[in-house]
Formats: sequence, C-alpha cells, structure tokens
Amino acid sequence: MSGATSGAGHTVGGVARRIVAPLRRLGALLFSVALTFLGLTGVTFAIGRFMPIDPVIAIVGDKASQETYDRVYRELGLDQPVLVQYGTYLGKIARGDFGNSVMTARPVLEDLVRVFPATIELAFLALVIGVVLGIPFGVIAATNRGRWPDQIVRFMSLVGYSMPVFWLGLVGLLLFYAKLGWVEGPGRLDVAFDDIVAPVTGMLTIDALLAGENDVFVNALGHLVLPASILGFLSLAYIARMTRSFMLAQLEQEYILAALAKGLSPWRIIWVHALGNVWVQLVTVIALTFGSLLEGAVLTETVFAWPGLGLYMKNSLFAADLNAVLGGTLLIGAIYILLNMLSDLVYAMVDPRAREPN
Amino acid sequence: MQMRAWLLDPAPASRRQAQLGGWFRAWLAFRRNTLGMIGLGIVLLLIGVAAFAPLIVDPASALTQVLADRLQPSSWAHPFGTDELGRDILARVVFGARITLTIVVLVSLIVVPIGLAIGLPAGYFGGWIDAALMRFTDIFLAFPRLVLALAFAAALGPGIENAVIAIALTAWPPYARLARAETLTRRRSEFIQAAELQGASHLRIIATQIVPLCLPSVIIRLTLDMAGIILTAAGLGFLGLGAQPPSPEWGAMVSTGREVLLDQWWVATIPGLAIFVTSLGFNLLGDGLRDVSSGRG
Repeated sequence: MSGATSGAGHTVGGVARRIVAPLRRLGALLFSVALTFLGLTGVTFAIGRFMPIDPVIAIVGDKASQETYDRVYRELGLDQPVLVQYGTYLGKIARGDFGNSVMTARPVLEDLVRVFPATIELAFLALVIGVVLGIPFGVIAATNRGRWPDQIVRFMSLVGYSMPVFWLGLVGLLLFYAKLGWVEGPGRLDVAFDDIVAPVTGMLTIDALLAGENDVFVNALGHLVLPASILGFLSLAYIARMTRSFMLAQLEQEYILAALAKGLSPWRIIWVHALGNVWVQLVTVIALTFGSLLEGAVLTETVFAWPGLGLYMKNSLFAADLNAVLGGTLLIGAIYILLNMLSDLVYAMVDPRAREPN
Repeated sequence: MQMRAWLLDPAPASRRQAQLGGWFRAWLAFRRNTLGMIGLGIVLLLIGVAAFAPLIVDPASALTQVLADRLQPSSWAHPFGTDELGRDILARVVFGARITLTIVVLVSLIVVPIGLAIGLPAGYFGGWIDAALMRFTDIFLAFPRLVLALAFAAALGPGIENAVIAIALTAWPPYARLARAETLTRRRSEFIQAAELQGASHLRIIATQIVPLCLPSVIIRLTLDMAGIILTAAGLGFLGLGAQPPSPEWGAMVSTGREVLLDQWWVATIPGLAIFVTSLGFNLLGDGLRDVSSGRG
C-alpha cells in the first residue's frame, strides 16, 4: 500500500474507492438482476392469469357441482386480489414449488431436474463446437480482412443466422442418418442400450464413461453428435462473427504495431497478444450463446426426439400443461439472467477498464 | 445522363434535389455491394411472388385436396411435387410467401412504434424518465425470445395473430435502445436548441426533428431483424403454434412433411428452403445497408 506513506485523507479516499465502489457496483448489479427476475416472474404470472383455460375446470372437470367449483376456486386463491396472488406465486417459486405437472402427475421441479441434464449435454457440446471452430474462423477472417477467407466466414455466418434450425435438423437426419448412416437416429440411445448405466449426472455420455460401458458411450455419442453439430453451427456463426469484429478493433491498435516493430512473429502477435485482449469480450458472447442454445434446443429436441427440457416444454404445451410450460420458461429465463450477470462480473474482474468508471 | 448530373450536383438548388441526391449516392454505394444486391433481389422476389401469387399459380391448387395425387414427386404438373393431401407444394410455397410477409409487416408495425415510444422520451428527457424506461426495457431484453414467444402463444392460443403479438412483445427492446441512443447523440445539437428557442413543443421537436434522424438506423436494424422474426414465426409454426392448417405457412408445412421425410423428402425440404432463402435475403440486404451506412462500402 503506497497510501501508508502519503496523507491520511488520500489513504481513506483510496481505500474507500477500492472497497466501496466495487461493492456499490455489485449492489447495483444484484438489484438489476433481482428486478429482472421479478419482471420474469411477473410475465409468467400474467401468462398464467390470462390463459384461456379455466384452472379450476382443469382440476375438477366440467361436470363438477358449483360447490366443488367454488371450493377449489378458493383453494387456488383465485378470490384474492391479484397482488396477493402474485405474492403467493413468488413465495412458491422461492421454495421451488412450480406446481404439479398435469401430464406426468409429478411436481414440475422434479420433472425439470430429470430432463434438464439431457439439454445441458446437448447445449454444452454444441457450445464446445461453436467455440473451438468459431474463434479460429473469426481470427482468420479478421487477419484476412476483405480477402476470400473473410468473405467465406462472413457468408457462412449469414447462412447460420438465416437457417431454420428445425429444418437443418431434418435435412441432417435425412442425409447423415437415413442416406449415409454415419450417425445414429433420433433419441439419446438405441433401445438395446437402455437402462444399462445407472443415471449419475443424467448426461448419458458421462454416465457411460463413469460406468466403464464403452459401447453405451459410443452409441450415446453417435446420437448426440448430429443435433450438437447442428446447434453448434448456429453458435459458430455468431461466435465467428463477433470474434472477427473484436479482433479487427484490436489489430488497429498501436501496441500491435509496436510488437511488429519489436520483431515478434505475426503468428504470436495475432494469437497471443491480440486474441488475449479479446477474451474478455468473448466471455460475454459465449455466455449469451449458451443462453440462445438453450432456446434453440426447444426446436432441435423436437426434431431429434431428444428427451430434454425443450421436448418436455413442447409436449406440455400441447397437453395444456401450463405449470410445466411456465416452469420451463422460468428455468430458461433464470439461466439467461444469471448468464448475463456472470458475464458482467467476469468482464469487470478481467478488464480493469470496466472496473474504473473513468 | 442529365438526370444523373442533376442528382449528383454538388450544389443542389432545392431541398428536394439535395435529398434525392443523397438517396441516389447511397444507392450508388449500395449497388457495389454484391451480397447486398443479391439480398435485395431475394426480398423483391418475395414481395413480387406474394403480390402476384394468384397469377403465378392456380389459387385453388394450394388448398384443394386431390387424394389420388398425394405425395407425388416433381413433375410438369407439380414442379415441387405434392404433399400428403395431394396439394401442389409450389402453389402452397407461393401463397406461403403472403403469410410470411404479413407476419413480418405486422410485427414491424407493432415493434417500431413501441420502440420509438419508449426510446425517444428516454433519450430526450433523460433523468428518472430515462432510468425508469430503460430499466423496463432491460427486463424484456433479458428474456429468451423464442421461449417467451412460446409461452405467450401457449397462453393466447395458437394462431397467426397471436404469433405476431407474441413475437412483437419480445422483439421491441432493441428498438427502444436504438432510438434512445440516436436521440442522445442529437439532443444537444444546435438545430434542436434553435427549434426550442422558436417555441416548438417537445412533442413537435421529437416528431419533426428527431424521428426522421432515427429512422435510417431503425430501418437497417429492422431489416437485420426480419430474418430472426421469420425464423421465430416459422419455429412457432413448426411447433403448431403459428398459422393453423390448412393455411400454407412454411414452418407448419415443414412440420407435416416430417412424417414422410425419409420417403418423400421434398414435402418437408422445399418449404424449409423457402424459409432459409427468405431470411438469408433479409440478412444479406440488412448487412449491405449497414455497410453502406457505416461507410464501409
């Protein structure tokens, strides 16, 4: 601490700046996250309220007597003011009570815990594909600005942005499964391999490795690779494009010129110096990509009969199982919000410019 | 050539000449952007097909079921084959362009006014109005779009109108942010102060001075967003939450074609291709427009 030798006022000011300012920013961040989460629950609550299905009739059936109807109406708290109902709703969510699913007759939370690992497995592999390919593509595009590698990456990104993911999934199934036989078909596992490994993490590839069942692992991977590649292509498009624009901003900086003048190899300058400074921004992009992958999973899982959160939500939707749909919406929304917050935090930790207001 | 010289005159004699000249220069810059021109071509083609649909194909064949002709492969009578109810896929794709265009136009008509109504006052008045409006916007910005649209569509019931409302409710926040940012950069300009000194009301200044300056970037953003809107709409249609049968919505067509994917691949593939080409067209066009507006050519 250099403050010890200088004036007392300076020390106090310095400490205050170092401790209070980050705390205040953390507080502001938590406040905005809480507010956003309140907004999210407000929206799901409102959706639950103006759903055209009468929640009482959904439970008692339309042949119930008026007495029964009134009793259930009161039990559900529908006679309370809206704000009180919202408060009750928030309290339930805080306790992890999303209600029961009509379709599976189990608590929604239990269902979500059961189906979510399948989605995580899919989205995570997709993200790995997107990052491992997307970042180098973006770097190559930036260093070849305006030349053919740049044009190819740019066009590929636009194709990725324009692709209906459910259609790409169908075409992929048609080509790589039906015609070429390179990958396994819909679902997570062949029937012959069902129930061989006990679920530990819920992610079949990992569970199979943990149990030492190599056949199951290979089969599960065969099922996973196509949907993950298709989702991965979409994230690749976004990551490559963002990497390109971040890198272009770095390559214009004077320190690049200085490094060149010093005699460093261009390879080292591009991949170590410039890319190293881009990482911070990429963290945000990757976090947002993961959120959009969870969304893309709804459509991809429908196409690939992948028993994850997306398929669960889609099936619930058609069973008019509102608790399940809203539970899934809340889960994805909450992850979205948390990812946003995490990327803000990481940004502030890694990049000193984001820490100092001036 | 005289027209060209008049348009490019460095000393325009009238306000209209200056404005037309500005547009002509932008067009000249845009014309050099090959990908952007391809995008423009696709979008114009989509509009043309939608407008002249009854002249291109027989309207009846899009909806009439001819069960004897079901699942026919490509032929002279049915260039794209027929679907599971014997309807001509080409005719359905052509009429589907109308649905897609309707969705896109309706969403734009809802999203832009909402975005401007929230973003303009936020940027113009600043202070607590700005803070409150932007906090509200951030809440909606942090929502996953498709999932929320899905929940909305589930609550409002399936149908094209509800799909439009659901998409619009999740699509407006970027426009509010954009309008706010554009307003902020102009708020302190001298011409705004001049208008204030002349006694113009806030509403008048916003409507006549600021809105016109915001519109170019809003339009570019809208073009880039079109692809996302089309994809979300098609996704809702694919899930059965968009336009209902028998209307020839592309996403719903892909969904029904799934059943026969392995044997009659064209039923699902052709409408999906239409979705892809259309959204690619809007993306190429928007990308080109952005390049021109940011002077990258």
